[in-house]
Amino acid sequence: MKNLLILGGGTAGTIAANKLRRKLDKAEWSVTVVDRDDQHRYQPGYLFIPFGIYQPDEVTKSRRKYLDDDIPLIYAEVDRIDPEARNVTLMDGRVLPYDQLIIASGVTPRPDQTPGMDDEGSWYESVFDFYTYEGATALARKLRTWEGGRLVINIVEMPIKCPVAPLEFAFLADSFFHEKGMRDKVEITYVTPLDGAFTKPIAAKSFGNMLEHKGVTIEPEFMLERVDTDAKALVSYDEREVPYDLLVTIPLNMGADFVARSGMGNELNLVPVDKHTLQAKKHPDVFALGDANDIPASKAGSVAHFEIDVFVDNFLEHIAGKPMTGSFDGHANCFIETGHGKAMLIDFNYDTEPLPGKFPVPGVGPMSLLKETKLNHMGKLAFRWAYWNVLMPGRPMGLSADLQMAGKDTSLVH
Amino acid sequence: MPVTTIDGHEIHVDDEGFMTVYDEWDETLAKSLAAAIGVEMNDEAWAAIRFMRTDFKAQDDVTPTLRRVSTAGGFETKKLFELFPKKPAKKMAYIAGLPKPKGCV
Repeated sequence: MKNLLILGGGTAGTIAANKLRRKLDKAEWSVTVVDRDDQHRYQPGYLFIPFGIYQPDEVTKSRRKYLDDDIPLIYAEVDRIDPEARNVTLMDGRVLPYDQLIIASGVTPRPDQTPGMDDEGSWYESVFDFYTYEGATALARKLRTWEGGRLVINIVEMPIKCPVAPLEFAFLADSFFHEKGMRDKVEITYVTPLDGAFTKPIAAKSFGNMLEHKGVTIEPEFMLERVDTDAKALVSYDEREVPYDLLVTIPLNMGADFVARSGMGNELNLVPVDKHTLQAKKHPDVFALGDANDIPASKAGSVAHFEIDVFVDNFLEHIAGKPMTGSFDGHANCFIETGHGKAMLIDFNYDTEPLPGKFPVPGVGPMSLLKETKLNHMGKLAFRWAYWNVLMPGRPMGLSADLQMAGKDTSLVH
Repeated sequence: MPVTTIDGHEIHVDDEGFMTVYDEWDETLAKSLAAAIGVEMNDEAWAAIRFMRTDFKAQDDVTPTLRRVSTAGGFETKKLFELFPKKPAKKMAYIAGLPKPKGCV
């Protein structure tokens, strides 16, 4: 019996486990998942918690329940991987041997990596993240009674999970304070290390205009050195300061510490992989899926979904000793909440930036790309159902893993 | 790819002036590139630029991010901001004759 071991039972780990379990011969292969707990969070839902749109209990389900019955789930912390001996040592001392390993342990916000950020007395008092269950729920409590002032939204460094979520937070905050009748009491500033609102030029222009339209000031090219919690200000390496009353930060995102302990990560504990096959560059029998790898694509569930569509067939070729013929193109697809009951949709990959057009049916839609519509917002809300009922069980979504150019307006690309 | 001439060197560059051919670079050219963007080269600046060149090859032709220069190269970020003011990652890549850092996606 051969062992396929999967570290992480989140979006990428769950989809990969379910899809591969159904493809692999049960007499020949075991598929086992390791995770530290049984709480599978619907992470896109975190965005809505601070504004009371989702209640905290709406984003959590059992990991066990979303893995097929014939996939054992071991609850444990990983100590380290020994890629030469091909085994994984758990914190409780158990050693799990593997023939093939999938690292799907994601990335985690690390406020401890920026001096001052998680200081006692300010963390979850005046400084919050919203990319964790704890942060999103603490911020919801804060916003219920906050009387206004300077709200600063800050990205410490790229890459981060869901690179559009900080923009969505800004748009939803504008909408939220409008509805509370206190928009005039809140000054919103968007502080980013990028030179504009987003990483890709055409979308960046579009989002930049929207921020401006909603009265949000952008402070670009701001590389955060530290948070001065006494003065309540962000301080950059080039000694600029941005004062805040309420700071909503997206801390540095890093891969799992066990990746670093195993000597398998880069400077952010991400596993260097081939960007088309997700195979670890140094270890042919190790793959890293989802946020845990270093591919130059968005860290987002849609990327995990599309890459696993390509990965599954490649993996079957790989274990049969054949060359892998599938090639992932970096396809990402994200809904972007823009507030006031509307949303945008973007669709892009390694080589093609987000463009206007219709999706998924060229010329028809019903979704509109790079444009605010109510239907896109409905799509975003409906996606939560699809995540649990279609995506996690590994059922086909009916979307192509490769980016489709039909239906996109390329006239803006020069 | 456009070709441009800097201080007598004919080089291939992208739209923003970042060099696109690794082997067209040498340290004399780097001096001219640095001068073109107002950076004064000293021993520390050279050490950072040499790290950029070596690490680019070691990482399969990926321009190192600022974080990588600091964690893998051992250069303090604060120092890099002094040596290459305002935009150290872009300025270092420009002087080292490497593609514009992708850093973000």
